[in-house]
Amino acid sequence: MTGNTHLHEEPSYLIDTGKRKGIMAWLTTTDHKRIGLLYLWSIMVFFIVGGILGEIMRTELFKPGQQFYGPQTYNAIFTLHGLIMIFLIVIPGLTVVFGNFVMPIMIGANDVAFPRLNLFAWYLYILGAAVVVISQFTGNGPPDTGWTFYAPYSTQTHTNVIAAVSGAFILGFSSILTGINFIVTIHRLRAPGMSFFKMPLLPWAVYATAWIQILATPVIGITLLMIIAERVFHIGFFDPALGGDPVLYQHLFWIYSHPAVYIMILPAMGVVTEIIPTFCQKQIYGYKAIAISSLAIAGVGYFVWGHHMFTSGMSKEAIWTFSLLTFLVAVPSAIKVFNWVATMYKGSIDLKPPLLYAIAFIFLFSIGGLTGLVQGALATDIQVHDTSFVVAHFHYIIFGGVGFAFLGAIHYWYPKMFGRMYNFRVANIAWCFLFIGFNLLYFPQFIIGLEGMPRRYFDYLPQFTWAQQISTIGGYILGIGFIILMVNLFRKNGEKAPANPWGGTTFEWQLPSPPPMENFATPPTVPDKPYDYD
Amino acid sequence: MSGASNFVEGVDWVFKLLFGISFFFLLLITATMIYFVVRYNRKRHPKAVQVKDSTALEITWITIPIIIVLFLFYFGYAAFQPMIWVPKNAIQVKVIGRMWQWSFEYPGSKVATELVLPLNNPVKLNLHSEDVIHGFSIPAFRVKEDVVPGKNNYMWFTPQQIGQYEIFCTAYCGVRHSYMGTKVRVVTPREFYTWLKALKVASAEPIGLVILKKNACTSCHSLDGSRLVSVTFKGLYGKTETVTTNGAERKVKVDDEYITSSIYDPDKDVVMGFSKGVMKPYKGIIKDDETKKIIEYLKTLK
Repeated sequence: MTGNTHLHEEPSYLIDTGKRKGIMAWLTTTDHKRIGLLYLWSIMVFFIVGGILGEIMRTELFKPGQQFYGPQTYNAIFTLHGLIMIFLIVIPGLTVVFGNFVMPIMIGANDVAFPRLNLFAWYLYILGAAVVVISQFTGNGPPDTGWTFYAPYSTQTHTNVIAAVSGAFILGFSSILTGINFIVTIHRLRAPGMSFFKMPLLPWAVYATAWIQILATPVIGITLLMIIAERVFHIGFFDPALGGDPVLYQHLFWIYSHPAVYIMILPAMGVVTEIIPTFCQKQIYGYKAIAISSLAIAGVGYFVWGHHMFTSGMSKEAIWTFSLLTFLVAVPSAIKVFNWVATMYKGSIDLKPPLLYAIAFIFLFSIGGLTGLVQGALATDIQVHDTSFVVAHFHYIIFGGVGFAFLGAIHYWYPKMFGRMYNFRVANIAWCFLFIGFNLLYFPQFIIGLEGMPRRYFDYLPQFTWAQQISTIGGYILGIGFIILMVNLFRKNGEKAPANPWGGTTFEWQLPSPPPMENFATPPTVPDKPYDYD
Repeated sequence: MSGASNFVEGVDWVFKLLFGISFFFLLLITATMIYFVVRYNRKRHPKAVQVKDSTALEITWITIPIIIVLFLFYFGYAAFQPMIWVPKNAIQVKVIGRMWQWSFEYPGSKVATELVLPLNNPVKLNLHSEDVIHGFSIPAFRVKEDVVPGKNNYMWFTPQQIGQYEIFCTAYCGVRHSYMGTKVRVVTPREFYTWLKALKVASAEPIGLVILKKNACTSCHSLDGSRLVSVTFKGLYGKTETVTTNGAERKVKVDDEYITSSIYDPDKDVVMGFSKGVMKPYKGIIKDDETKKIIEYLKTLK
């Protein structure tokens, strides 16, 4: 099937063969697989911190009134939780880990186009993260603006906003560099004979994502600099007291931050598109529809940012235009869902952990997407805007969607990454905890959101207590699920993984597990269809 | 007419429509997935049947969602549209949002901290912010609008049921954001006019207190001895407090000098048990003569 001529004796990429050994070999590596793992470890560390912050918030919210700490602490915690989860985890997330580890292999390349730039982007990521961490311990206390840094609060608050904003600015550069690298890689390094429509669908998703990264991220960079300029030099961009316009900030912020949602979700959709055919042993249904819908989402996704601002006092023309466009961007996502489900039809379905996560993704993402319609519709958005309904909605998309896809991806490529299998039974138990805990945690927030419970509230009225308590219990169940999952994956006592444990058709499954440092000694032969099970 | 305001019926109808359609599709997708997983399980169905793509099917499930979302857009817009057009006979009330309290200015500069409205009379609320962005939300009426400094945002509605309803601040505005709530009370027109007549004109208060309220000092510093975010103003003048200066503890008597320095540079000497960074420096915002008036007022708060 391919022209892969690797000898089995060739050492895997996990073994140091160069001059440097141990940690130094990792910190100076330019291998895309190793850089993927560097990102994986860093993201995991940040996720543990962000997750613990979430549990600390849920614990305080178990009862109305003050339990363990005051409102200023709470505000700092939800700000840091948002900063970590958005800027350090879900925006880079799947792109940098699996885009790095598996995308070049899938297109038959030996590495990304600019390997050293790739490593540099990781260092920028770590630097940005370090600045965000420093912002917590310096100046006049941790930032308390929320991850959105809305002006004029962010230009007036006495807390350490400048450091946090600088951190996000640096992270933006890391994101842009990765985007450029991946676009060039996909254009220039595909194996001979692999046209765009012979590419697997994860590279398609990464490609669409990369365009958003390079086109949208500069906007947030500029916006964050404007906040710093306003705080330091009192230039009146946003604060009306200085002659600025606070709504301008919201436009600029969401011009990036809404497309950023698609930076997060497109690779997640790509992962699900890889997992489903493998575990159904069936060609993906609607290959072209899925590929093009990724580009459609990336394209239309640019023009919907105003739906975050229906109550800001925008003109009514702007309001209905953004509402209409928002409804249209729902369509390509729906097309993907229909095609995934259709792929399962007449398949030979093996319900292994990766597929369980993919199915959970479709279910949770559908809830997230459908409740998104409630916010796209003007009459109903007015009621749910800035309430816990929105909190539930975006956690269903970001955590239920991106998060579950990430976990599916880990369980799918784990044998390839580390050359070992894991225990399926324990993985399934962890999935149950995560799935049940997740829904208990976020579903009640929809209900009290409809009743008017505002978001970012340290304290709440007694009538919302029941839902907050279910949420907190769900949060603990979710935490237990993560502990089980991590213990299972860290035990490393599974049997040795074969090259193709799931019967996948894409190139990575033709390499040994784990792959050698040089992916392909000779370029692989490209099949007519990327998912050929005939 | 059902519902606490004129918008409830229309908005709730759109909610029901959206939830109905959402539930239908969620059920359809989930049930189909579960059916496939059971029916085509590898044990039962060891060899997959490769199915060819069908352009007709793709076009069907592209077209149907487009039609559905266009309809949903229309219904969402149709129920929202009346919220923009204010009837001519609406009563006008100015809503003032400041960190972290609402106040309501009725015609004749009469100011209240709760919103009282007459039944079945349209009302237009002109939303005004003194500092950062707030969000004015009355969930029972299905209305919400941001209160943006420098912008003349508004909302209108007709209250249709006697009763008390919650008002929340929905746009994050700092440390006491979750306490920035009050109530709207809908009463009969007769009760409303009696209440309005008895309402005091705002400027009957001592000038020092007016300055404190204007700068929202009283949101964190109570006047009655209760602990809010920071120390209470009651009995503060002349008291001895333990403060932290540059990390070192010391005792200080609260006098003119200390109060002035606390207003202009609040993080210099922080009273034990409270944290730095919560209060912004008011240098340049509160003028020197205003500070003197504040001190005069604090002396009277025994």
